[in-house]
Amino acid sequence: MGKRATREAYGETLIELVNEGVDIMGVDADLAGSTKLAELGKAFPDRMVDVGIAEQDMIGVAAGLSLTGKIVFTGSFAVFGTGRCYDQIRNTVCDSGLNVKVCPTHSGVTVGEDGATHQALEDVGLMRGLPQMRVLVPADYRAAKAAIRIAATTDGPFYVRLGRHKVPEVYDETFKGGLPFAGVVREGTDVTLAACGVEVAMALDAADLLAAKGISAEVVDVFSVAPLDEAVICASAAKTGHVVTCEEHNVMTGMGAAVAELLAEKCPTPMRFVGTRTFGTSANGDVLLEHFGLDGKGIAATVEDFLR
Amino acid sequence: MTTQTPQAPLSAAEVRLVANAMRHDIIHMLELAKSGHPGGSLSAADVMATLYFSGAMDYDHANPDDHSRDRFFLSKGHAAPTLYAVFHQLGWLTDADMDTCRQLGSKLQGHPDNHACPGLEICSGSLGQGLSVAAGAALGMRLDAKRSGVDPYRVYVLCGDGEMQEGSNWEALMFAAHMGLDNLTMFLDLNNLQIDGHVTDVCSLGDIYGKLSSFGWDVQAIDGHSVEAIEGAVAKAKAVHGRPQAIVCTTIKGKGVSFMEDKQNWHGVAPKHDEAEAAIAELDQEREQLLKEVRNG
Repeated sequence: MGKRATREAYGETLIELVNEGVDIMGVDADLAGSTKLAELGKAFPDRMVDVGIAEQDMIGVAAGLSLTGKIVFTGSFAVFGTGRCYDQIRNTVCDSGLNVKVCPTHSGVTVGEDGATHQALEDVGLMRGLPQMRVLVPADYRAAKAAIRIAATTDGPFYVRLGRHKVPEVYDETFKGGLPFAGVVREGTDVTLAACGVEVAMALDAADLLAAKGISAEVVDVFSVAPLDEAVICASAAKTGHVVTCEEHNVMTGMGAAVAELLAEKCPTPMRFVGTRTFGTSANGDVLLEHFGLDGKGIAATVEDFLR
Repeated sequence: MTTQTPQAPLSAAEVRLVANAMRHDIIHMLELAKSGHPGGSLSAADVMATLYFSGAMDYDHANPDDHSRDRFFLSKGHAAPTLYAVFHQLGWLTDADMDTCRQLGSKLQGHPDNHACPGLEICSGSLGQGLSVAAGAALGMRLDAKRSGVDPYRVYVLCGDGEMQEGSNWEALMFAAHMGLDNLTMFLDLNNLQIDGHVTDVCSLGDIYGKLSSFGWDVQAIDGHSVEAIEGAVAKAKAVHGRPQAIVCTTIKGKGVSFMEDKQNWHGVAPKHDEAEAAIAELDQEREQLLKEVRNG
């Protein structure tokens, strides 16, 4: 299959939902062209509003719109659309339990050349730390469509993590996801690679490299980080006895930390963590995946070191 | 203290009597809670009493969740006791509820919680957020009205003057004016006190009237303790087309209890029993006067 950015699913899926009768609205903060929420506004001018460069207002306005019965999706880049307006997301959206879907794009190091200030590497941590917030990290374009649909049709706050970078497609149009949902995308026996977002494709690359060295890696797509699909993750951990989490996010607060919390309580298993430990930097997205050890080669090296 | 459940619209004299009962409620709640914010609760009592009881706001007394209602957002969430007092006077909260403020399991959380208390739109208390939410609700109601061909419901929001130091408010002010949200009215409770001192000493708002006006809002300046002035200002605001409206209410923090008035240290300290008794005695005295006023029509 080819490569597509998860953000490409955003505007078009919302348009499909409106056509199916779902009362969708979009609110962006001057990045509607980049996030693809502009596509919603082009199709339905009344259903899209741009508040300007004002992320706190974006979340507040989304909250107010949700109180009149709308299902509201927000925009901006992940770093600004969660960090600048964290207090609004915490106190107004989550504490009140509002039907606001925080769904910014441009997450992770694959933002690329714009560099550290624009690369959200703590957004999943910020969002999964909030009671009521459900966190979905889709692996590819099809998974992003499924995630947006689940967020739109399930009451309450959601965070859906989307990206700008064209990433390898893992799924076909039959993928539906779920809540909670983790799926085994490649079976193996020696080690579990629990991955999310672009790292699912990178983990599949790693599994190929490891197979050539006689190591059988199982790849699990952790589609929902909050809540976690405990049964699937624990079953794989019990089967392989070794878990390496892979995410385009810091290892202190992200999916890996969530899986570690789960396994520590329910199924203690030796672990390693592939992710970032510093701020990002400028370069092409693919170069940065390699630089931070997030590509197939980097994951395979971590696994070999772990199993040695 | 409960008057008979009042049905709006009440006369100005009757609204003043309700505001007095609300002030009794505020002192009662905070004395029992042993913590809370009397100053800013008392300063906002007349605005909220007028809004809910003079007929200014359209809502169903029998059903706090009626979909077809004007919305009220308390952005300065630390004045929660004032809202609880309104709901008590409406019968939405019982006398027993009023004994539980800030206790485990209470409907009367320290700051407003929509899951706990009927009639509340949203959790608030983190300052600088209510105006954006109100603007979003006003926009949503305008869209609904356009689709159904009726006049939009109105949205009211009460902000504090210290709260205007939060930059997010200025994002919301710009947005509401840009969108021409004429079904949105903001009350600004200008009591000139915040936790660390007078607003004009801590970080002055400067010419707040000029600032709001230059942001594209219709601006009125009134005495925020005059029921007639508040009623008149809301009527004028409703007649404004194409612009949101700000009603800047000059108020006295702690209004109605002489030893609390314009005192910084009554921002976030509850009255002890003897202080509460002294406050209630003053409010009882005022109540006698107000009853006479009501009887004399």
